[in-house]
Amino acid sequence: MKNPTGTQDRPVQVFLPHRAGLPRLNKYFANLWSRRHFAAELSRAEMRAAHTNTFFGQFWLVISPALNAGVYFLLVNVIRGGSAGPDFFMHLLAGLFAFNFIQTVMTNGATSVTKGGNLVLNTAFPLLLLPFSALRTAFLRFIPSLVILLAFFIYFDYFGSHPQECHPVTGICKDLNTIHFSPTMFLAIPALMLIFIFAAGLAALMASVQVYFRDTTQLLPYATRIWLYLSPVLYYADQMKPWMLKFEVFNPLYPLLGIFSETLVEGRIPPLTWWLGSAAWAFGTLIIGVFFFISREREFAVRI
Amino acid sequence: MIDEETGATIPQIADREISDEIAISVQELDVTYRTTFEKRPTLKQAVVRLGRGKRSVKTVEALKNVSFDVSRGTVLGIVGHNGAGKSTLMRAIAGIVPPTQGRIEVVGRTSTLLSLGVGFNRSLTGRENVILGGLAAGLTKDELEDRYEQIAEFADIGDFIDLPMSSYSSGMGARLAFSVAVHLDPDILLIDEALSTGDAVFKEKATQRMQELVNNSSTMLLISHALRTIINMSTECIWLDHGKLMMRGNPEEVVDAYTEFVHVKKTSATMNDM
Repeated sequence: MKNPTGTQDRPVQVFLPHRAGLPRLNKYFANLWSRRHFAAELSRAEMRAAHTNTFFGQFWLVISPALNAGVYFLLVNVIRGGSAGPDFFMHLLAGLFAFNFIQTVMTNGATSVTKGGNLVLNTAFPLLLLPFSALRTAFLRFIPSLVILLAFFIYFDYFGSHPQECHPVTGICKDLNTIHFSPTMFLAIPALMLIFIFAAGLAALMASVQVYFRDTTQLLPYATRIWLYLSPVLYYADQMKPWMLKFEVFNPLYPLLGIFSETLVEGRIPPLTWWLGSAAWAFGTLIIGVFFFISREREFAVRI
Repeated sequence: MIDEETGATIPQIADREISDEIAISVQELDVTYRTTFEKRPTLKQAVVRLGRGKRSVKTVEALKNVSFDVSRGTVLGIVGHNGAGKSTLMRAIAGIVPPTQGRIEVVGRTSTLLSLGVGFNRSLTGRENVILGGLAAGLTKDELEDRYEQIAEFADIGDFIDLPMSSYSSGMGARLAFSVAVHLDPDILLIDEALSTGDAVFKEKATQRMQELVNNSSTMLLISHALRTIINMSTECIWLDHGKLMMRGNPEEVVDAYTEFVHVKKTSATMNDM
């Protein structure tokens, strides 16, 4: 025998059959945490690669939400003459940006495992890192749109017109431009966190579904568009038809986008039921998505 | 194991008693997985199948009751026909595919160089792929920074290292993958048909590096259809047939038995590539 050194410094790994398809969870999550840099690095590299051939390069991260906002500004405030008011425009923008984040997470999360090809086939690592890396990318792309949102906020609050509507009898006047900075806005942060958690669950779920049905990415654009129309983004929640409202119990985005828009744009504290509903959807989706993914992920190596 | 002075083969049974020196222990391993008929399963096909009342999956018994131990420092050649379960065995040892039955114990860090190597994302540069492959394999960023120069130098692909891997020739990709695998300081190196690509100079360099690793008491598992490689490089050999362990022993004897079994003569063509 050559170099007969002890085995103390070498980790012993034991591979046993998985009971009920799930690996030992404490070990799995410890492993996931210790390799988190992989997810960060993958997301960083992909963001670099996405814009290498374009003239504006990384600036596209800010340009595209700005252009998006510009298009909607044109539609709502110029073409329709601003009849809906700046608060509607801000509601629309906040909702669309948040929705866009969720949509990006779903699309990129779906392909995260199938395009992992050789790495999935040849390396033993917690595959959950792949959809989580897609989540990180989507979130970093979402942050510039918050900056754009803030810019419009400042514009409407300080430079926008503030028409007053006065009650003919009492004489009490009301500001029609409801865009104001208020402490309630900070409640948008926990709202955003719930959206993030919800998106994490969706990413894991979509990634595993895509392995079994490669049509998922083809169907997603249509499914998400319908989802957008059924959610209170292009209109207010209270403009919904009564029959639609009945079904909104099944729409996670109804409370999730609801609390985001209410806190950020309208400066109102949403009802407790919305918060509870959002939290239930967010954590429920995360738990279901993650567990479904983990229970299936060792099978992915033979299905890719 | 070959005695270095006499070149004679030492019986392996003796080694098995020294449990400290066991690098890999495979015990009554069964690997069964379900797979689909199609390469790309789609919803449409699922619906069509459902209409015809067919099951979408078929069960593949890739490995059946395979048991063997590998001592540290061994180069274990694995031969067998296509689909015999060689790659599945390696994936199970690497922890990529879980056992259906049985137990696998692996002492130390494994590094895999299975058929396609790194370079999983061809839109990223060679450098990014190296870093990502290493991070996924469980190395820290610092460890990778330290080794990166060595990896790049050994692969010897020049400025291509900072270009997207889509611009690489297949040889370049293989060189980089090999370089990564051998520089992760593995205790156990798993190589699946990796030496078939790359030019003569690189093959020479790769063989030398593998010898170094073995001298440093790394253990190596080697799959190759080039039977000459198996005979030259391995100290021991196993033969798999339809997921069953047929034979284990001296590489020369196992290759003899295998070639006789599949009714091919040991021509130069079969020895170099089979």
